[in-house]
Amino acid sequence: MKLVVGHLYPDYLNIYADRGNIAVLARRAAWRGHELEVRPLSVGDEIPREGVDIFYVGGGQDREQALVAPDFAAKGGALRVALDRGAALLAVCGGYQLLGRFYRDTNGVEQPGLGLFAHETVAGETRMIGDVLLECELEPGERRTLAGFENHAGRTRLDPGATPLGRVVAGFGNDGESGYEGCRLGLALGTYLHGPLLPRNPWLADWLLARALERRGESPDLAPLPDDLEREAHEVAARRAHERGGRA
Amino acid sequence: MSPRIPLGLEVAAARAAAGLSRLARRGGGTTIPGKLLWKLDPGAIDHLAARLPRGAALISATNGKTTTAAMVAAILGGRYRLAHNSSGANLVSGVASTLLAARGAELGLFEVDEGALPEVVRRVRPRAICLGNLFRDQLDRYGELERVADRWRAAVTAVGPETTLVVNADDPQVGDVGRIAVQAVAFGLDDIRHAQPALQHAADSKWCVACGTPYRYAAAYVGHLGDYRCPSCGHARPPLDVAAREIELDGLEGTRFALVAGGETRRIELRLPGLYNVYNALAASALALTLGATLADVQEGLGRFTAAFGRFERIAIGDRRLLVLLIKNPAGANEAVRTLVAGGAPRVAVIALNDAIADGQDVSWIWDVDFEPLLAGLEHVVATGSRAAELALRFKYGGLDEGAVEVVPGLERALDRGLELTPSQGELVVLPTYTAMLALRKIVAERGFVRQYWERAA
Repeated sequence: MKLVVGHLYPDYLNIYADRGNIAVLARRAAWRGHELEVRPLSVGDEIPREGVDIFYVGGGQDREQALVAPDFAAKGGALRVALDRGAALLAVCGGYQLLGRFYRDTNGVEQPGLGLFAHETVAGETRMIGDVLLECELEPGERRTLAGFENHAGRTRLDPGATPLGRVVAGFGNDGESGYEGCRLGLALGTYLHGPLLPRNPWLADWLLARALERRGESPDLAPLPDDLEREAHEVAARRAHERGGRA
Repeated sequence: MSPRIPLGLEVAAARAAAGLSRLARRGGGTTIPGKLLWKLDPGAIDHLAARLPRGAALISATNGKTTTAAMVAAILGGRYRLAHNSSGANLVSGVASTLLAARGAELGLFEVDEGALPEVVRRVRPRAICLGNLFRDQLDRYGELERVADRWRAAVTAVGPETTLVVNADDPQVGDVGRIAVQAVAFGLDDIRHAQPALQHAADSKWCVACGTPYRYAAAYVGHLGDYRCPSCGHARPPLDVAAREIELDGLEGTRFALVAGGETRRIELRLPGLYNVYNALAASALALTLGATLADVQEGLGRFTAAFGRFERIAIGDRRLLVLLIKNPAGANEAVRTLVAGGAPRVAVIALNDAIADGQDVSWIWDVDFEPLLAGLEHVVATGSRAAELALRFKYGGLDEGAVEVVPGLERALDRGLELTPSQGELVVLPTYTAMLALRKIVAERGFVRQYWERAA
């Protein structure tokens, strides 16, 4: 089966090795006999309302984020339509912030976001930097962990009733206070975790691929892979989060 | 406020600490005396620096600080007695330690950490500052690249007209810092034959520093370094005062180029490979000329220069050789890979990824390195260091056959495994991050193959 990833702003938002996430999706699809096409969607490109199975948006430095923000805001309508039609989305760090209502920097200047996620982000005086470990339950009864690295000045506060991606086991998370990290709305996931995220958390890559297959009317069952290295990398990263993850 | 202690007493106490540090086998004692002096009296560094009769020069950059400073030392070492932090201790404490240890020095020559530069500039009041490049590097430690550039700008704005700025014009951010100085010398490459076909994945300063429009490159040489112009507002590379032309790369053996400065040209023969070392040599030349060297000094000094420790260093181990190339960020690692591949891709490599503070605790940068051209020729990779599994994943998802990767977390065992896989008379390529490089050097030093870094002559 051919699956399509729409990679948003790969030329601007790529600061924390976002292409590692794309490589993991592509290889894990290929190892199961599927083909993954990666379509760059940058400034000026239109978001297709059909045909993209997974959207991916990474993080950038403040300057890059400011450069894409107006273009991204204008893409909001088309992105919503695509998600309503069953596409999944993974947004990391800056991309996650841009999907909320706004980002307010330390000078009080507000950058409007897409308003897809029910959250707002306000920059704090210090950056929240360190290893982080989450516990999530994307499918009822299936508790899994995500290990990553966070580095953000923004404090993201979810609206009451909004669903976080997971509970912080070690590290700062959304704001260093709530004990939660990320946001989830249907098949759209946002998180501060990079590292990059997917190589050491391959179950999440498989979850995204399974949703893509479902969208195409295929069985979401994916043959298991020998993930010894991935497990080892996950364990080391999880241990780091316990040893030296951020504490507010 | 701490009570005033006579400077002589502080200096004696701090020097004693260096000796104790070495006796206690805690390392080279390269930062401990400086830290002590810092505690006793932060202002003491200012006084020690002010005593240097020929003043001081600072070198900062993301990549190439150690090599550039060592090149300047090779050029000027015969002319002046130097206080040079050749061990790479480049924070304020390292500069202080060097000042303490260098009795009778005439000229200070200090490589300085990017983050520490403003503080060192304020205290040392240098007569020249050489700024090489700014690449994304250890974002967990330094923060965003633009913030570093802003702090550099502020530091340069505060210096007087007696300080000359030597800047890499090919880096848009760094070249722009040069524009605010009263006296500036701009250096850069001028040989379009060595331009990259496209900007690398990890290229950073791709957008005009003035208006945000993507630059057009007449030539991109290393990362985002090159001959750029903004099609919208015209912001462009400043004119070059010191340039490298007619560059010839000779695999892993060396490079040759024509050094053009002040209307004169000299042929430079460098025993270091790669375009990035041409940048280092240019930076060193421009700075040395600013500090009073002649073109003949430059030609002679660079001609006999060999690698700074861990930077393309060759170490004989029995009937095999190690070739050690420090990797610490995408831009630097990309150049290491490019140079290795140009010299005939190795078949065996030991690659070491540690995640201590000095390496960067965030290891995501390995995914931004273009390792793929190297992977194509490798039959065996030994992945080692505290994040060995993560590194192995990078290669696995980069397309290397999983059977070709061995994960050996312990550095000593990994080194031995690499040597075992290397044929007699062969060369083993070792790519370590900073603390892994120090640990590996310690291992080979303990086996008697190399001197400890603090014993190396400046």
